[in-house]
Amino acid sequence: MIAKRTIPLVIAALVGVLMVATYFVPYTEQWGADAMEMFIILAAAAMVLGAGNLLLLNLSKISNRRPGWGYAVITLLAFFATLIIGLLKIGALPTPSAPGNAWTAPVVQEGSPFWWIYKYGLVPLTATMFAMLAFYIASAAFRAFRAKNVEATLLLGTAFIVLLGQVYAGVWLTDFLPTLESYVVASFPDASRDFVLAVGMQVKSGVPLDAIVVNGVAYADMTAEHHELALQTSDYIGGWWYQLLNGLRLENLTQVILDVPQKAGNRAIMIGIALGIVSTSLKVILGVDRSYLGSAD
Amino acid sequence: MLNLLRNLDRRLIFLIMGLAVAIPVLLRFEPPSEVTMMDRNVFDAVEDLPDGSRVLLSFDFDPGSQGELLPMAMSFTRHLAEKKHKIYFMCLWPLGEPFIEDAMKLLEEEYPHLKYGEDYMSFGYKPGGEAVIKNIIVDWKTLFITDSRKQDLDEIPMTAKLKSAKAMNLLISISAGDPGTKQWIQYAATPAGLPMVSGCTGVQAPLFYPYIPDPLSGLLAAIKGAAGYEKIMGEAYPELKTPEFVKARFSSTAAQQRMGPQFVAHLLMVALILLGNVIFFVDRSRGNA
Repeated sequence: MIAKRTIPLVIAALVGVLMVATYFVPYTEQWGADAMEMFIILAAAAMVLGAGNLLLLNLSKISNRRPGWGYAVITLLAFFATLIIGLLKIGALPTPSAPGNAWTAPVVQEGSPFWWIYKYGLVPLTATMFAMLAFYIASAAFRAFRAKNVEATLLLGTAFIVLLGQVYAGVWLTDFLPTLESYVVASFPDASRDFVLAVGMQVKSGVPLDAIVVNGVAYADMTAEHHELALQTSDYIGGWWYQLLNGLRLENLTQVILDVPQKAGNRAIMIGIALGIVSTSLKVILGVDRSYLGSAD
Repeated sequence: MLNLLRNLDRRLIFLIMGLAVAIPVLLRFEPPSEVTMMDRNVFDAVEDLPDGSRVLLSFDFDPGSQGELLPMAMSFTRHLAEKKHKIYFMCLWPLGEPFIEDAMKLLEEEYPHLKYGEDYMSFGYKPGGEAVIKNIIVDWKTLFITDSRKQDLDEIPMTAKLKSAKAMNLLISISAGDPGTKQWIQYAATPAGLPMVSGCTGVQAPLFYPYIPDPLSGLLAAIKGAAGYEKIMGEAYPELKTPEFVKARFSSTAAQQRMGPQFVAHLLMVALILLGNVIFFVDRSRGNA
């Protein structure tokens, strides 16, 4: 009873409290690092369990001749070939510091059989799997993405804006709406454009007019003509007309969607999850939740 | 006609999508890249550091995401090399290590004056995910004894006096999932107050927006972010626009080239969604839906 329940409960509580303490008490930082080191060793050992599970599942599939057992044979062949070549470092050259010891070869060495499996086996296969998503998404979008109700219509509208805003199509479709560059080209002679553009960029970034610096010259030291140009630019960019029309450009709308509703929603979800984690962790640390021990209580 | 569209064979959609991607690739169609404020923030985070600063570059992705993430990984590598920063490579994904080797190969070919161990080095892969981050933020050498080439860390000039990840001037995580950017934010950037920027896949980007601007000062989202970063890099370092770099094994404009197929594919997606909805509304008006 003590070995099965009390000791694991005490270990969980102590490590839990320790990991919380490392955040607030610098003295305990090293203890937390030691605990994490033990976790890393356990995590590495879990790989053996994973390999054992893979073997069991696939061997049982082959022995029972279940549908698709041929794929299980391929999986096991690939597993053992990669494991043996990788573990024994077959064909890899030792490091210059220990030329007599083939085991000193780095795991990834260009030209070695292990590297070859990675480069010409794994890379094309995984890239192919990932690339196929585009085809399935296209088909699904055509069949399932319907404006059936208000929520679906909102989702559809947002997806449209973001899809177009993420590529040059967004710029191209709403190119008639003003930008800083179009304003500068339309309103100022060549000689002043660089100056106005520099002022405009800073004003757009939120720099107050009296704090702007162009080519190393502060606002206070600029000529009266430059003051006039800077003021005119600032008034235009700060005006509601420019703000509205520029904000309707698809690339800007995309950014607003990502920056405001998306960010707010995600933050709310994250805070909710974090509170849930705190509550669950406290239950485990205090021994209220003992489900991880494998018993019903 | 409507009936034909309603029962459109999905293999035809696959074929159209295949052509939408293949034709821009074959014709080398490259639309202009837009630079966003976010791309500029990432660039400035690297650019504004004093030359020779220590930067940890973590390649937390695998070959499945290399189409989206490798161009920005190489852009970061080039930018850090241009600025003569000390580059510390590592990865939390087992399949990320070959990309580190690729990046170091790039440094050997394009920046031969930089020396392994003095200007860049690799810790390689270590299992454990967030546990690795928590450890190296306290004491690097309890977990890492050697680099990825099995050299003692005490014998490498860059790491001989390295105590922990707190010594880094900037963290960069290129991430395709967990462990990745989120764990670097939670266990390194936030508790240690380290400046950090990131590059990530398109599906991950919305998850990281809540961390901007603090502790994440910038984020490159997928190929679009990488293309914007490449464009700024080309303006700041014009040699990266020369054929030598553009036609290199890892092109300095790889992301900008990939914006062409993405442009056409996105337009096709929009057209397919519109078409699907037109059929839906016609059916509904006729009482079929």
